[in-house]
This record gives sequence, C-alpha cells and structure tokens, in this order.
Amino acid sequence: MTTHDIYLLSPEISMAGLAILLILVDLVVSRKSILTIVAVLGLAVPLALSIVLWFDLTDQAATQMKADFGTEIVTFVVDKFSLFFKFLLVGATALVILASSEYVSKFKNFHGEFFALILFATSGMMLLASTVELITIYVSLELTALPIAALAAFMRDSRSSEAGLKFLILSAISSAVLLYGMVIIYGFTGTTVLADIATQLGGLLDGESAFGGNALLFGVILVIAGFGFKISSVPFQMWAPDVYEGSPTPVTAFLSVASKAAGFAVILRVFYIAFSAEILSVDWSAVFAVLAAVSMTFGNLVAIRQNNIKRMLGYSTIAHAGYLMVGLAAVASRTPDADAIIGPSGVLFYLSGYAITNLAAFSAVIAISNRINSDLIDSFAGMARRAPFLAGVLGFSMISLIGVPPTVGFMSKIYIFGAAVDTNLEWLAVTGMVNSVISAYYYLRVVKVMYLREPIDDAPVGSALPMKLAVMVTMAGTAFFGIYPTPLINLARSAVDVLVS
Amino acid sequence: MGPTMIGQGTEASLLVDIVFWVLAVSAIVSAFAVVQIRDLFRAALFLIMTLLSIAGMFILLRAEFLAAVQVLIYVGAISVLIIFAILMTGDVEEGSPSHSMRIPVAILSTLFGALAIFVSVSTDWNLLEPAIAAGQVSADAVEGVYSNTIPVIAKLLIRDFVLVFEIASVLLLAAVIGALALIREG
Repeated sequence: MTTHDIYLLSPEISMAGLAILLILVDLVVSRKSILTIVAVLGLAVPLALSIVLWFDLTDQAATQMKADFGTEIVTFVVDKFSLFFKFLLVGATALVILASSEYVSKFKNFHGEFFALILFATSGMMLLASTVELITIYVSLELTALPIAALAAFMRDSRSSEAGLKFLILSAISSAVLLYGMVIIYGFTGTTVLADIATQLGGLLDGESAFGGNALLFGVILVIAGFGFKISSVPFQMWAPDVYEGSPTPVTAFLSVASKAAGFAVILRVFYIAFSAEILSVDWSAVFAVLAAVSMTFGNLVAIRQNNIKRMLGYSTIAHAGYLMVGLAAVASRTPDADAIIGPSGVLFYLSGYAITNLAAFSAVIAISNRINSDLIDSFAGMARRAPFLAGVLGFSMISLIGVPPTVGFMSKIYIFGAAVDTNLEWLAVTGMVNSVISAYYYLRVVKVMYLREPIDDAPVGSALPMKLAVMVTMAGTAFFGIYPTPLINLARSAVDVLVS
Repeated sequence: MGPTMIGQGTEASLLVDIVFWVLAVSAIVSAFAVVQIRDLFRAALFLIMTLLSIAGMFILLRAEFLAAVQVLIYVGAISVLIIFAILMTGDVEEGSPSHSMRIPVAILSTLFGALAIFVSVSTDWNLLEPAIAAGQVSADAVEGVYSNTIPVIAKLLIRDFVLVFEIASVLLLAAVIGALALIREG
C-alpha cells in the first residue's frame, strides 16, 4: 500500500476513524450532546477529502484514479461517479446524525456506539461506490449490512429485535444468492474484476444468443436478485416494511436513503462496466423494466392501506425503488440515437432528490413522533396547530414524494420518465405517471390529517436545535433544487460519464 | 464422471471418482438432515458432517491448506460455538418448527436446485484440462500452483486483495461493537 493508495482511500479511512474516535470520546465526556457535535463536525473531514479528490481529478483531466496496491488487479477506483455518491452519503449521514441527537437520549448509554455503527455502515457504502471487483463489493456490502442489523435491533424491544433479526437473516440469504451469482460469473469468465469480465464476455458472446450461455444468464439473474434485496425491489422487498417499522426511526431514515443509494451505485457500476455488452444490456434492461413496473405498483397499492407512518414510508420506498429502476432500464442500446448517459444520470439525480426529500420527511416524523410517542398517522391529527413548522415541512416533503412542482421530486420524476421515453419505454413512463397519481392518495392523507383534523391534544410540539437544523437544511434543499435543479443535474451528468465512455 | 485430480495420471481417476461421489452424497444428505431433523443438537452434528465433506472436496481439488482451514475454523470453532449455544439456551430443543410455508419453500428450493444442476451441466465451462491439452496453459505452471497453494493464497490475500483483507478487519470491529451494544445492560 503506497501513500497514493492511502490518499485515494482517505475518505473511507477517515470515516472509519471517526467511528472509533466517537467511541473513545464517549468514554470521557459526560454530556452526551457533545457526541453529536463531534460526529457532525468530524464528517467534514471525509467530505473535504472527497472534494480534494474531485478537484485533483479535474486538475489532471483524468477520468479515474486507480488504487493498485502494487499489483495489476484493480479493486478500487476514484472517479466522479464514486465521489458523487460519497458527497451524497456523507451529507445524508450528517443529517441522520443531527436527526437522531434527540432520539438517542432514549437510551442511557451507548450513544457513541450508535453513531459509530452508522459511520461504519457509511464507510462500507462509500467503499461500495468505489469498488470495481466482485469480492471487494461483497465484503463492502457486508460492512454496510452488519452494522445496520445491529442498529435495527438497537432499541431491544420485541419490535426492534424482530427488525434486526429479520434484516440479518434476509441479508445473509441475499448475500448467499449474490455470491452464487458471482461464483457462476467467475466460473464463466475466470476473473472477478469488472472491466476484465467485460473483456472476457466480449470474446465469449460473439454471435451467441441472448445472454450467451445458460450459466451467464443464471448468474446475472442471481446478481440482480442479490442486489434487489439491498434496494428493496419487488420480489425481494418482504423485509422492508417490518424492518422500517421496528427499527429506531433515524435508522429507518438511514436505511431508506443511504443504503438505497449505495445499492444503486453498485448496480450501476456492475451492470454498466461488467455487463455492458450491447446484447447483454438489452436483456437486463428488460428485466429492470419489469421489476420497476411491478415494484412501483406493488409499493403504492399496499402503502394505501397503512396506518403507521413508518410502515407507509417503508412501502413508499419500495415504490421509489421502482421509479429509480426506470433509470436502470433506460439503457442507450435500446435505441440507436439515444443520449447514452440519460438513464444513469437520471438514477443519480433521482437518488439525490429522493434523499433530500425523504430525509426531510423522516426528520419531521422523528421530531414529532419523539414528542408524542406514536407512529400512527391518526395521532398526527391537527399537527398544523401543534407544530406548524414541522407539519409544514412534512406536508411539503409529501408533495415532493408525489412529484408535484415546485419540488425536487417533480424535477427528478420528469427527468427519469423522460429518460424512459427517450429509450422507447413509453409504457414504463406511463406506468410511472399513473403510479404517481395513486401515490398522491396516501401521501395527501398525511397532509389532510395534519391540517384538517382536530388535534387530540392542544400541547404544542417543540424540537431541539439539531433537529431544527436537519429539518431546515433538507426543506431548503427540496425547495431549492425543485426551482433550480440545473447544478444537480450537471453534477449527475458529469459523474456518469465514466460509466459509458 | 467425476473430476480428476489436476496433474495426476489417469490411473488415479477411478479412486478420485469414488472419493468424490462419497463426499458429494455425504455433504448433500447431511445438509438435508440439518434442515429436516427436529433435534437441534443432532442437526448441529450433521452440520459438522457437511462441513467435513466440504473439507474433503478441498483436498480433492488439491487445496490442502483450505481443507485445513475449513476443519479448524468451521468444524473446530464455529460448530463448537453452535453446540455451546444450543447447550446454553436449554428451552429451545426443537429446530425447524413446522410452518405454513413448508411446501411452497420445498417446491421453490427443488426448482432452484434443478435449475442450478441444469445450468452447470448444459454450460460449456472454460475448464483447465482442455486448456492444458490445447497448449493455452502450460502444465508446469499449473503444477507449480497446485504443488504448494499456501504461498499463492498468501500472495492473493495480502497483496492482490489486501483491500478486502483490511475491510474485513473493519467489518469484524463493527460486528464486535454491534454485538456489545446489543447485550448492554439498561
């Protein structure tokens, strides 16, 4: 490992270092609120290092910097694609930590460990965005999954333990499926490096039918299934509602935003680098198109019947996984004259918009439900009078989740459905729009309950300063990128250049 | 037709075939017993049987070091841990309680197994022996790798895949912290 390799890995190393630092600080301080400050300020280090790497890339006019560890096997790269996800992940983690500062006071000790586990999971997700080799991808996936399982069970009541156990077992099963797929692909190509897989397949697929050999077809399907679990796509979604409902709410927010972003990062990387051969991409894009349509329809229809807001957001996240997969289905090889980067850049833009909106929604839910001790939608009755600001933010983020202007949710839906239309997937765009209308029913129900119903209790619901900060930042982001999305779109477009070149 | 040991003459192949089939049947039958037997302790013993058969497979593939690791870690450490856990939690005596999904799951796993077998048989794998026969890979180089796998594994683990090695250590640290947080008092 040379200094250059460590420099490239520095955002991840500093993230894991910060996790250990927090545990040590927890031992010596008695005022636990200091931990939140240390964590959020400490996150500036990985963020700053990622920014330095970004400008270094621009200065060298390079698309990619490779960490080679003195061998010819490249396992880790730094490019604008991975740095885009690192910005997104560090930002989302900072907001989750701000939003959980009040929540962690529910347990007497182990505040440092709670934050440390979140940071360890984030370091795994950042690695996922950068790894270009199957074994590294698998181990990084485990680094994200294990801390999240512990976090889901952190409250240790029966609901939370169930959530943790469910997540642990189902993530183990999905890892097994993923590994089986990877083994088959390794057996077929003789390499685990994504770029080499593409080269090998290029030779093997000449003149063969769809997907080449049966083994390759089987392997690719198993890989899709394994990753499908991570992004909670139908038919691998069964864990999501239970885990979302049982986990501590900040963990739910973290799962729905950061975990999903990392999942899409690794899917884009694997499918655009390793399985980029035209004959292959037409086939897997069809698989993703079907999964997208089924996921959004299932998520939205079942969400209508939910009474618990965390469970409702759990089904809503399945639906959003469906919208995001529209971007995966929109590959350029479907049409001769399509814009090659519109699909993947749509995924990145939608992910960032969804992250900001969903974090706004979850911050408001955490702030309110923490004070009223209930997650039921009905207990949010009359919240517009009890907590006008929080109710306003929650209402606004619901509107953004539906996809109504002037919110970032609207802009990202336009962009990603536009990508579908550009690649001859009009039916998918129409399905998406119909689904957005269905989703309005249950999102607006929350708004209706908060604004039109009489409050159960007249006591005002307040919130602490870090909470207010998290709510304000996400709210401002939702509104700003809803009115002026150009910088975010440009960033997403420059990030995915490396995937299609 | 079973696999032949790489680098061995054909006279050994019948013996290798017999050993392969014994190990394969024992691995699959014991794995099936693990999920079917009601008694949790016996299920754990069958798990050890499966893991031992896999260790035998490694020897058959001339990966003696991996076989030793398999025995030490899986048979030695993990299985003992499982048996201790069963002894400590006295009130859980029955494994695999019956549930309504039993039949659908059985059908699904049979289909998956059938599919996996079909795929493995019908695919034209890129095997080592034809490659040696065609002169694409030199037999001496292969023999060099297989005669002593330890340096090859060491090089892969600490040089080529050193990043994975490091991530795994962070993963273990995170797992320990998570476990400690979950067994906390108060």
